Amino acid sequence: MSDFVSDFWNLYVIVIVLGSILACAVLLIVQGKATFTPGKTMGHVWDETLEEYNNPMPKWWSWLFVITVVFALVYLALYPGLGNFKGMLGWTSTGQHAAEVAKMDAQVKPLYDKYLAMDLKAVAGDKQAMEMGKRLYLTYCMQCHGADARGAKGFPNLTDADWQWGGAPEQIVETISNGRMGVMPPHDSLGAETIKDLANYVRSLSGLPHDSVRAGKGQTAFAEAGCVGCHGADATGMQALGAPNLTDKIWLYGSSEATIIETITKGRQNKMPAWKEFLGDAKVHLLSAYVISLGAK
Amino acid sequence: MLKHEQIEKSVPLLVILTFLVVIWGGLLEIVPLFFQKSTTTPVEGTKPYSAVELAGRDVYVREGCFLCHSQMIRPFRAETERYGHYSVAGEYVYDHPFQWGSKRTGPDLHRVGGRYSDEWQRAHLMNPRDVVPESNMPAFAFLANAKAKNTVGADIEAKMQLMRGYANVRGIPTYSDEDIKGAKAAIGDMTEMDVLIAYLQRMGTALSTFK
Repeated sequence: MSDFVSDFWNLYVIVIVLGSILACAVLLIVQGKATFTPGKTMGHVWDETLEEYNNPMPKWWSWLFVITVVFALVYLALYPGLGNFKGMLGWTSTGQHAAEVAKMDAQVKPLYDKYLAMDLKAVAGDKQAMEMGKRLYLTYCMQCHGADARGAKGFPNLTDADWQWGGAPEQIVETISNGRMGVMPPHDSLGAETIKDLANYVRSLSGLPHDSVRAGKGQTAFAEAGCVGCHGADATGMQALGAPNLTDKIWLYGSSEATIIETITKGRQNKMPAWKEFLGDAKVHLLSAYVISLGAK
Repeated sequence: MLKHEQIEKSVPLLVILTFLVVIWGGLLEIVPLFFQKSTTTPVEGTKPYSAVELAGRDVYVREGCFLCHSQMIRPFRAETERYGHYSVAGEYVYDHPFQWGSKRTGPDLHRVGGRYSDEWQRAHLMNPRDVVPESNMPAFAFLANAKAKNTVGADIEAKMQLMRGYANVRGIPTYSDEDIKGAKAAIGDMTEMDVLIAYLQRMGTALSTFK
């Protein structure tokens, strides 16, 4: 089907293109037949003595021009350009892309299939697979988790043994495949005093300096304000919800009292995108193995 | 027949003839594009920019993001592996002016929508090195201090009217009167950073695996 809204534009393009090429050819022929008188000038004088000879074009120049005319016609016969005519080669940029992708995919498929059939732990121990995994990681993951995989504020470190959503191989595959939505709701309704108590209690859990009176009050508030619902009665978190362990020394957003108060007051929301559709199972498998290999260090 | 000398000595004649030569190429390279379905029909899933996204787009243009970021994924495997589906003409029908860019100091952004969380975008705009230590992108923290309603959103209704005019010429879906009336309310108290992130998160999602 034609891409043009009407057939007029098909003709419009063909007429202008062929007309222009034809005009060039005619100009060449006419100029080739013209006779020149040696030494005759164009008849005008600039800057007192500057005159212009009326000589024929150099032959090599004319021939270059002829070549461009021939090239244009051959090109238009082979490639799309003349209105709706698709060209004898049937070339399209998207077709070229599809062919390029298919060729490369066929080349790497055996490799991906081999690793896909292997256990994740085994893939994590395979040197070549981990080189591939590292490249995939540096293309798709480093923007958030860092080139060294140590994360950033709000983006988990992948090299430690702490896992927000679980560190079992199948949990890592799930995280990469379908993404994760981490939501800590805002608790500003608790009031500034209670939030400060809670912050001190949370700091006390990881052995950080704190006000013990406030921490005591915070412990009560922790149970009453519903914190236990996600972080658990012992505050060790809940991987099914992505609720972090508050008793360890690992802090996703920071451990200062001010930061913890901000976290409790405004809540935190962050998201790991779902990669399954973009990357496909084979690459997710390799990446999962790579992440496992990072944690093993 | 015109003589060489006549053309050289008459400025108006020279200008007119030069102009004719220049528009000859345009007749062929520009004019038919207005009559091609692939360039005038929106790709399925492409919607007009919402008031917030349109304001965010103006921040993008004003800050010159296009100087370092393209919005044009070419149909090469190396690009589609990294960014996603190559760009197609029908995705740009609501872009006036388009932001294709011509240089990639940073990555292409055409499929950036949904690829990172809002939180990442915010942290990254505040200071790119907080999340990507190797980055050489300047920080845009000041965007968080300006209210969009006072700057890019101040004349949002007029901008939407203009966009509606363009869309009507092509006969493609566009804003209703209610959309335009509600534009200010939609932008509300958002900062320039908020509206920019809304724009970024929508970019290229019509053909993206990240929604």
